[in-house]
Amino acid sequence: MCRLFALTSRDPVSPMRAIDALNVMKEGHDGSGVGLFLSGLGGPWEELKEYPILSGIFTDAGLARMSEYMTKNGFQSKYSATFKPDVEPPVGTPKRGTYASIAFKIPDEWKGMTQAQVDSNLVQMRLDLRAMGEAEGDIMVFSFWPDTIMIKEVGDPMAIAGYLKLDREELYARHILAQGRQNTNYAINLYACHPFFIEGISTMTNGENTAFVPIREYLMSRGVTGYQGYQSDSEVFTHIAHYATKRLGLDISSYKHVITPMNDDEMRDHPDRAFLSDLKRACRKLIIDGPNCVIGCLPDGSMFMAQDRKKLRPGVVGGNPELGIYGFSSEICGLNAAIPDRDRTKDFQPMHLDTAIVGPDCREVLQCSQKDPLRQQL
Amino acid sequence: MLAERPITPATLSRKDLPWQIKWDINTCTKCGRCTSVCPVNAIELGVFRKRDVKPPMGLSAKPTTEFSTFYGIRQRTDPAYACIGCAMCNMVCPNNAIEPSRQYDSTTLQFHNNRGGQPRTRGGRRNSSESLLDQIKFIRISMLTDPALDAGRHEFDVRTLLGRVLSPEAEIKCFRENGWKPPVREIYPLVIGGMSFGALSPNMWEGLQMGVAYLNEEMNMPVRISTGEGGCPPRLLRSRFLKYVILQIASGYFGWDEIIHAIPEMKEDPCAIEIKYGQGAKPGDGGLLMWYKVNKLIAAIRGVPSGVSLPSPPTHQTKYSIEEAVAKMIQSMSMAWGFRVPVYPKISASSTSLAVLNNLVRNPYAAGLAIDGEDGGTGAAYNVSMNHMGHPIASNLRDCYKALCVAGAQNEIPLIAGGGIGKHGNLAANAAALIMLGASMVQVGKYVMQAGAGCLGSEKDRCNVCNIGVCPKGITSQDPRVYRRLDPEKVAERVVDFYLSFDTELRKVIAPLGRSTSLPVGMSDALGISDKDAADRLDIKYVI
Ligand code: SF4
Ligand code: SF4
Repeated sequence: MCRLFALTSRDPVSPMRAIDALNVMKEGHDGSGVGLFLSGLGGPWEELKEYPILSGIFTDAGLARMSEYMTKNGFQSKYSATFKPDVEPPVGTPKRGTYASIAFKIPDEWKGMTQAQVDSNLVQMRLDLRAMGEAEGDIMVFSFWPDTIMIKEVGDPMAIAGYLKLDREELYARHILAQGRQNTNYAINLYACHPFFIEGISTMTNGENTAFVPIREYLMSRGVTGYQGYQSDSEVFTHIAHYATKRLGLDISSYKHVITPMNDDEMRDHPDRAFLSDLKRACRKLIIDGPNCVIGCLPDGSMFMAQDRKKLRPGVVGGNPELGIYGFSSEICGLNAAIPDRDRTKDFQPMHLDTAIVGPDCREVLQCSQKDPLRQQL
Repeated sequence: MLAERPITPATLSRKDLPWQIKWDINTCTKCGRCTSVCPVNAIELGVFRKRDVKPPMGLSAKPTTEFSTFYGIRQRTDPAYACIGCAMCNMVCPNNAIEPSRQYDSTTLQFHNNRGGQPRTRGGRRNSSESLLDQIKFIRISMLTDPALDAGRHEFDVRTLLGRVLSPEAEIKCFRENGWKPPVREIYPLVIGGMSFGALSPNMWEGLQMGVAYLNEEMNMPVRISTGEGGCPPRLLRSRFLKYVILQIASGYFGWDEIIHAIPEMKEDPCAIEIKYGQGAKPGDGGLLMWYKVNKLIAAIRGVPSGVSLPSPPTHQTKYSIEEAVAKMIQSMSMAWGFRVPVYPKISASSTSLAVLNNLVRNPYAAGLAIDGEDGGTGAAYNVSMNHMGHPIASNLRDCYKALCVAGAQNEIPLIAGGGIGKHGNLAANAAALIMLGASMVQVGKYVMQAGAGCLGSEKDRCNVCNIGVCPKGITSQDPRVYRRLDPEKVAERVVDFYLSFDTELRKVIAPLGRSTSLPVGMSDALGISDKDAADRLDIKYVI
């Protein structure tokens, strides 16, 4: 079972805090892998907020092919944080080459494009690179987006953290999603490792998504660039979040109305019943049956947690508004390890109707129930 | 048999008949019930003669010959009166002295089923016992990472949508702009398919309607029933129960006047309108209500003279092409109810099903597509149509669902699959398999007759005399002397029984797969089959 831990903080913190939390929860997973999503980057990246960052793993040949591809498309590298381990990797981890995060300057020709066009082009470039790498086995890219770094590797999270020196200052970030364990239902594949990412939205999930195949087929038929891959049944959660917020223009508090709509009884007295029942009908294909706990981060830095309808997974949110730090954890012990000085009575465990949201200001946990009126003006 | 019996090319022996009567002289009480109940007069009381030669002991006395007569049951061998194996004789026999038995090597009757140059017609369905649906297994049981759900305790939402569902983008736009939304009904995924008032006896029809009403109003199961072509009794049209009914119109338009005239007085809209273009049991053929069954009541409801055969043409007489037919019929039927009622076509599964589907994808008023596979049943058809024509439902449905996936319209045009579901009694498993192959709901007809009213028809050519109005169970007869055998209340009870048990069984299938809050439409990763070719064709897992 995957263990999930996310941190959101006003000031950049080391991803090691999240990895330590995973380590505490180790009993529940087999330590077979780790995935990290970092945004709201600190350190040298503060100045480079506008520049899309390509993160991935490259062999030497891959690096050359990648930079050739980027140059051909008019991209200029501005800054890079690369890491090439000089020690032997831990047991079970392959030797792969350079772990790189490179910020690029967008070509001038792109200036006239709409934001949507730019966004979709960036996704397309990531997919192109991924396809190039899959053909030769020399390039792996996890994200290509401003203010975002992703790292994934097979192996025990603690061992990997030491091997990749994840406590480097250039990896300090305000929003961190960390997941422990490789994919076990399917073959081991780094692209199947959470968190998943598309256009600034990242989510990770534990449990098994029993509705995976119909949802995958549905998403793939939407004609959206980037709705592909699906090495893991959890990747659809990221894309549903993207679809709901970017395509349908819904607020993240409505995410749960899409994946786990209320039943007729619960909806009966809802002030937005007309809209919600239409939404349920139209998005019926996206209903998940779980059991899952979804933790995600949005482009503005808000973080959220939602559960499947039966709430078969635990999950807790807590933190300290004075310090401006909140944690989202799949186990309470993880939260205790990462943020020990917090008011534990204020911890919130979202139940089957709730979504917990912490805004980028990290001041409070917003508790949204599906029974509440919609926050959004329709 | 008489010694002077003429032997002609068409003379058959008892051995030639597939169903043979076993009669026991020792237990027979000679009450005559069997001969009076036999729907096809296959048996008659017979007088038998017997000669006994009695050789006395010793040499002096000569042997004597005694003649005696006795009475018994004689099976007729005239092909027109061949026993159909219904076993009604056994049902009425106080001593079980008589019963039919099937002889698989007796196949000669097949060559004589064309008296007077008339090919054989019959009711029932394809006489083939194979069933692909029965071979499909559900292999994706949540065991390790996730506990399976508890079918008895968890909350389940076993509902499906009938009607054109807008895409999420269109739905939100429509909501914001307060636009027209196609009507959508939330119903139970097992629908009673079209069996017309005319094909079925009034008692059977009434029983079904009562069962459906009870399920809706007492059991909270939104079950729907299609009327089949041939209209609907005026009282039902004007009652509140109409909302549980899918009105069918077919190429003959029988009974349609009655429906149109009732529109202004309807208290409720019907659930939907089904336009029948084809039926799985007799693809490319119209309905065949034969004169035996067109009594005064049927004639009145259909608006025709009584005592004449009522064949529907195979296509819609007024239409030139499928594009035109689908567009016009859907448009005009939608219009008749102010665009408040979903309208969808029903076709027989064939390799051209995709063409019809393509037309529907672009038609904003199309509310679904019902596809009926080759194993569907009928009240009357030519034997050759039933046995040899049509397309299996599983692969046809799968093709259609995949085409919808490519168009991004899965779930937007619900597919309703039928034809052979529960053929061997495995109703829930067959239905679940079709749902996972992509059907939004399934429809059954024959199963309802078998379970709801004890229809004797089987895939071994048993009974199947639905077309000539002598149905021994009173299901498909319009003769009050026959149909009064059927108690509508009891039919209703049976319908409720099998629906409730279907519901439990369906949960027992989908709960272990981890599904409960939405119907697993298209969850093909759950399916496996031990036939490699079938697995490839259906794009499901091959397991042995
Ligand atoms: S089985 Fe049916 S058809 Fe055959 S003799 Fe008995 S009653 Fe008649
Ligand atoms: S019992 Fe009636 S309905 Fe069933 S096959 Fe025989 S004639 Fe047809």
